[in-house]
Amino acid sequence: MEFAFTDEQRMIGETVRGFFAEHATSARTRQAMAGNGIDAALWAAFAGELGLAGIALPEEHGGAGLGMVELAQVAEAAGAHVAALPLLGHAMVGQAIAKGGSDDQKAEWVPRIAAGEVIATTAWQADIAVGNGRLSGTFSFLPHGAVADLMLVYGGDNAWIVDLKGQGVAITPHVTMDQTRPFATVVLTAAPAEAIDNGDAAIPAALAAGWICLAAEALGGAQAALDRTVAYARERVQFGRTIGSFQAYKHRLADMMIEIEQARSAVYWAACAVDENSEDTAIALHAAKSFAADTYFMCAGNMIQLHGGIGFTWDHDAHLFFKRARSIQTMLGDGAYHREAVARMIVGAAA
Amino acid sequence: MKLGFSPAEELFRAECADWLQAQMAGPFKDIRGITTLTAKAERRKEWEQHLGEHGWSCIGWPRQWGGRDATLAQQVIFAEEYARAGVPGRVNHIGIELAGPTILAFGSEAQKQRFLPDIAAGRTIFCQGFSEPNAGSDLAAVRTRGRLEDGEWVVNGQKIWTSLAHISDWIFVVTRTQEGSKGPKGLTFLMMPLDQPGIDVRGITQINGDAEFNETFFTDARCAADSLIGAIGDGWKIAMGLLAFERGVSTLGQQMSFRNELDDVIAAARANGAARDPLIRQRLAKAEIGLRLMRYGALRMLSNTDHSTIDGAALTYKIQWATWRRTLGELAMDVLGQAGEVAHGDAYEFSTLPNLFLFSRADTIYGGTNQIQRNLIAERGLGLPREPRGDL
Repeated sequence: MEFAFTDEQRMIGETVRGFFAEHATSARTRQAMAGNGIDAALWAAFAGELGLAGIALPEEHGGAGLGMVELAQVAEAAGAHVAALPLLGHAMVGQAIAKGGSDDQKAEWVPRIAAGEVIATTAWQADIAVGNGRLSGTFSFLPHGAVADLMLVYGGDNAWIVDLKGQGVAITPHVTMDQTRPFATVVLTAAPAEAIDNGDAAIPAALAAGWICLAAEALGGAQAALDRTVAYARERVQFGRTIGSFQAYKHRLADMMIEIEQARSAVYWAACAVDENSEDTAIALHAAKSFAADTYFMCAGNMIQLHGGIGFTWDHDAHLFFKRARSIQTMLGDGAYHREAVARMIVGAAA
Repeated sequence: MKLGFSPAEELFRAECADWLQAQMAGPFKDIRGITTLTAKAERRKEWEQHLGEHGWSCIGWPRQWGGRDATLAQQVIFAEEYARAGVPGRVNHIGIELAGPTILAFGSEAQKQRFLPDIAAGRTIFCQGFSEPNAGSDLAAVRTRGRLEDGEWVVNGQKIWTSLAHISDWIFVVTRTQEGSKGPKGLTFLMMPLDQPGIDVRGITQINGDAEFNETFFTDARCAADSLIGAIGDGWKIAMGLLAFERGVSTLGQQMSFRNELDDVIAAARANGAARDPLIRQRLAKAEIGLRLMRYGALRMLSNTDHSTIDGAALTYKIQWATWRRTLGELAMDVLGQAGEVAHGDAYEFSTLPNLFLFSRADTIYGGTNQIQRNLIAERGLGLPREPRGDL
C-alpha cells in the first residue's frame, strides 16, 4: 500500500502540466471554440511529440503500456486548462478495443488510436437496431461527434465500431454550451458496423476510462478554478484591503479546497482500483465520477461569484470552466444516476 | 501508486483479526460494541492493560518503549481490524496518540523512561487540559497560571472539556508561567498527577444527557519541577506539535466506527422502508461515498512523505469527517422519523443513532470548530491573509 505517485508518475505529471500550461492557452482554446472544438496543433503535439494519446494502450500496439492512474494524470492536466482535445472518446474507444477487440481488431485500430491518427467518439445511451452487420439508430450528444472518424456503439453485451466517414451516416453538429467539447447527433441507416470481439470486456473498459477521464478533468478544472481565484483574491483590493482577507471570501475558498481534496482521493482511488482489478472498482468509479463532477461545478460557480463582474464576462476564462463543469456533470450519467448505482450496492434495489 | 496490501501484510491482517476477535468473543465479551467514550471505564482500563501485555497497545512505537516498530501499512491494518472486531475505543487514546508521541518527540530521557512504558502497558491513563472557559478557539488566551515554588510547580486556574479526566491518572496542562505575558508567549507545558487535593474534576452534562467531558479546577495544584516538557516558555510550540499528532493512523480506526454507524443507518432504512425513498437513497449513497473518500484521504495523508509542502488531505481532514458525521446524524433521524425522538426507557438515554444525531453536534466544535478549520485551510493551505487579532 503506497497511495502516492511513484517517481515515474511524478515525472509524467510534471511533463503534462508543463505541456498544457505552455500550449493550451486561453487564446488557442478560444480559437478552437470558434471552430470545431479541437485545437488541432495541440492534438498533434500531444499525440506526436509527447506520444500521450496512447498512454494507457498496450505497448505491443504502439501505446505506452501504462494504466488508468497515468491516464488520469493526463486528463487532470488537460482539464486544468479546459484544453480543446478529443480525450474522452479517444480514451473510451481505445480501451474498448484494447480490452475487448480480437487480435486483428487490436492490430488494426490500436496503433492508429495510439498515434492520434483517428478521432473517436461514443454515445452514452441509444436505441439501436442491428442486422447483417449493419446498425441503424439515432445517437445524440456525441462529444466531438462532428469531427470524429470512429464511433463506438454499445448495447446489451455487444459493442461495435462504426466508420463515421462511411455509408449510411448522417451527422448534425450542434452549437453547444461547452464549445470545447461540442455535441453532434449521428443518425445511422443500415451503416456497416464491426462487432468488437468481446463486448463483455470492451464495455466496462470503455466506461471505466470515460468516467476516470471525466473525473480527472473535473479535478484538474476544480483545482485551477481555486488557484486562479486565490490569485485574484490576493491582488484585488476593495475597502482598502485585499478581498482575500475577508473571512466570508476565505471560507468559500476553503470549502473549495475541502471538496477538491476529496475529489483527488476519489479520482486516484478509482484509477488504482481499475488498474489493480480491485473488488471496489464499481463503487470507486461511481464515487469518482459523481463527486468530482459536483466538486468542479461548485468550484467553477464560486469562481464566477468570487471574481465579481469580471467573472461574468466572455473575455474572462471563468465561463470556460463553468461550462465544462456543467457538461461533465451530465456526461456519462449524472450524479443521481451514479449515486443510485451506489445505493443499489449498499441497500439493494429500490422496490 | 498502489492500494492493495502485500501477502505478508494480509497475513498480518489475519493475525490481528484472529487475536482481536478471540478477545471480543472471550474474556472481553462484555465490552464489545460499546460506542461511548467512557461506559464501563474500569473494564476498559483492564482492556488497555491486556493490550499492553500482548504487545498490541502502541504497535507503531519503538520496541524499546513497548511498541512493535510496526510499519505504516501494519498500523493501518491493525486500526481497521480493531474497529471491525467491534472493540470499543481506547480510553487511553490521549495517552497513546497525544501524550506518548509528545514525550517521544520533546521529552527528556528520564521522562521517556518514566511515562512511555506505563502508557504502553495501560497503567497510566492521560487526559488533556488545553481549553479554558475563555480560551476555546483562541487557545493562546490561556490564563491558568503556573509558578515555581520550593522546587515544585504550583498551578491555579480552570480547564474545560477535559474529556476522560474523571477516569485518568495524569493530565497535561498548558499554563501561563510568565507573569503579564500574552498570546502564545510565556506558556509552559506541564504534566500533573490528577489524584491530589488541589485538583477537582466535575462532569459537564451534554445535550445528549451524558457527561463525558469535564471541567477541571486547579487550586494550588502541584507537580514536580521536572514535570515540564521542553523548556519554560515552550508550551505553545509543544502544544502545536501535539495537535499535529492528532491526525495519525487512529483516524482509520475512527473511520471503521463510522462504518459501523453508517451500517446501522442503512439497516434502519431497510427495516422501516425508508430505503425505498429515492431521496434517502441518494443521501445514503452520498454518505457511503464520503466515508470511502475519508479512507483514501487518510491513506494519502499517511503515504505522504514529502513534508516540504502543505498536505491538503491532512489539512482538510478534520472538517471533512466532522461534517460527514453530523450529516449522517441528520440522515439517521430522517430515516427513523419520529421514532428517533423517543427514548426507550424512563431515563433521558437514546439509542445509538439518535445519540449520534445529538453527539455529532460536538464533532464540528471540539478540536477546532469548522469555522476555525476554514481559517486554517485558507491561511495555511491557500496562503490567504491571517485573521487580524483584536485587543479585547
